[in-house]
Amino acid sequence: MATIAAAVKVSKAPTQTGDIAARWVVTLFAVSLLALAVLLIYELVIGSAEARSKLGIWHFLFSTKWNPVTEDFGALPFVYGTVVTSVLALLISVPFGLGAAIFLSELAPAGISNALTFVIELLAAIPSVIYGLLAIFTLVPLMRLYVEPFLKHTLGFLPLFQGTVYGVGFLTAGLVLAIMTIPFIISVSRESLMAVPREQREAALALGATKWETTWQIVVPYAKLGILGSIFLGLARALGETMAVTMVIGNDPSIHASVLAPGYSIAAVIANEFSEAGGKIHPSALVELGLVLFCLTILINGFARLMIVATTSKGSRRP
Amino acid sequence: MKTISLALMGLLVVATAPFAAAQKLNACGATFPDPIYKKWFSEYGKSHQGVQINYEANGSGGGVKGVTDGTVDFGASDMPMTDQELAAVKSGKMLHFPTVLGAVVPVYNLPGVTQELKFSSAVLADVFLGTISKWSDKRIAADNPGVKLPDEDIVVVHRTDGSGTTFVWTDFLSKVSPEWKSKVGAAKSVSWPKGLGGAQNAGVTGLVKQNPNSIGYVELLFAVQNKMGYGRVKNSAGVFVKADVATVTEAAAGAARNMPDDFRVSITNAPGKNAYPISSFTWLLIPSKFSDPAKAREVKAMLHWVLTDGQVYCATLSYAPLPLAVVTKEEKQIDAIQ
Repeated sequence: MATIAAAVKVSKAPTQTGDIAARWVVTLFAVSLLALAVLLIYELVIGSAEARSKLGIWHFLFSTKWNPVTEDFGALPFVYGTVVTSVLALLISVPFGLGAAIFLSELAPAGISNALTFVIELLAAIPSVIYGLLAIFTLVPLMRLYVEPFLKHTLGFLPLFQGTVYGVGFLTAGLVLAIMTIPFIISVSRESLMAVPREQREAALALGATKWETTWQIVVPYAKLGILGSIFLGLARALGETMAVTMVIGNDPSIHASVLAPGYSIAAVIANEFSEAGGKIHPSALVELGLVLFCLTILINGFARLMIVATTSKGSRRP
Repeated sequence: MKTISLALMGLLVVATAPFAAAQKLNACGATFPDPIYKKWFSEYGKSHQGVQINYEANGSGGGVKGVTDGTVDFGASDMPMTDQELAAVKSGKMLHFPTVLGAVVPVYNLPGVTQELKFSSAVLADVFLGTISKWSDKRIAADNPGVKLPDEDIVVVHRTDGSGTTFVWTDFLSKVSPEWKSKVGAAKSVSWPKGLGGAQNAGVTGLVKQNPNSIGYVELLFAVQNKMGYGRVKNSAGVFVKADVATVTEAAAGAARNMPDDFRVSITNAPGKNAYPISSFTWLLIPSKFSDPAKAREVKAMLHWVLTDGQVYCATLSYAPLPLAVVTKEEKQIDAIQ
């Protein structure tokens, strides 16, 4: 201990310049990231100027038409498709992911937990186009032949489960996105559950709580921030996912109440149409869609921040 | 033997000496002729030492953009440039050179139906408009006497990415159906009245194969390579024609007789008893003026080769070669390049 302190003292003077240099370098890195974000917004705004002046912002946001022939473009069906598939994905992935994370951190023996976590982290590294291919060849036929007819048969009185069964559509896209986001949710949630101090669990158990009461009422609320963080990380992936979604969503720019119907997402239409977009307004409208997606992500992240602030202040008031 | 090959090598060295400085040409554009362009440019490179042509298949839109911005030496497109696009080219006049022909065919998946289906043009338009929604519709039945069609909803599948294939398909439907023309129109991407969208020919094929009772459209080459069944289409002479090299060339021959001077012509619904109605040229887009005279010389030589010697590679790759009359007319346009 003493030797370390001495070493620090001795080397203090010569590292002063090093400190200053390091400070500038890391500041530069941080600022360049900020500059990159600003540049991105600038490019999106400039690139979409043509579409904004020709179509008008409100018309673009709320029109449901997407017609490259008459050059009349509206973003609503794509925003709808993006939001609906992402929400469906979270509805499926949050219970599964959180449940699995609780199992891995609280119940499973250490060896099994580590092995499973390794496999789950592998899942997170698989490229999305592979998920898309698997979905086309296995998930879509299963959905068309079994899952969707079953849903239509049993819950068909709800508008959510009506219409022709294609196998592709909002529900299938949501399911693929759920499969893709679950590894993120498990991995980050497990880390934050494991970080809960041992004393918290011991105290609860000492007070007579059962294992499940300890987990659900003490450990999970303690790790709430990390779990919410993992969910929003998953949501961010779902909102921007392109290849896997375009392969299973049906690519039909219209708004349907039914989750069995085909739809379209913002990222998918940009990927599909940008390379062959002719004229001036079509490419510009696609860039504007990019801007809309950017704003949507900011809105959702802002909302996430607010939620975290609200829930943590509520938590801290409790003893 | 050895002396002959030595002599040949010597000849080659002498012949290529003036071209010792390697000439590099960059091109980009349409994906549909990509297989034959790759073949051509590689063969041309072999027989003309010192010439290297790079072709990037980034789509017809990419080809038009490339020549407009001047980022490539020449471009390629499945759809002729519009007057508006031509006006946007600042560097000078842009020439169109048809190179090969292709066709778009209706592919379908009807479990239990083994016979080859026939479609009259108005029926195809109404199926894609959604006016005809069941396979058992009496207008489809009228085209296919003796075929037992299922009483099921038709699942329509279309391309979702912008493509020359979609342009040819919608161009044909616009010509045969006034309702299609006014409601949808012809373009590389359109606002589809109904249906599922697949990316690329492969995406459409996948959706058609997986969804029973579906119908879609792909390039002939793709249907042949994937051994997919495709229907006959009624042409303007009232005959149901199956797409193949002969019927596509026939469609071009009909159009060749009144080919406009700038070669920007649509040959969908072409006249001729055996003409397949959903056929199209694909074009190279070549600037009429090159700043580098050596480049101009090289492009002219390449064009000449493509239109004559190059055409023999068409058949092996399921493309239809150009009619002779068109080649003769194009040779004249080559002279205009400076």
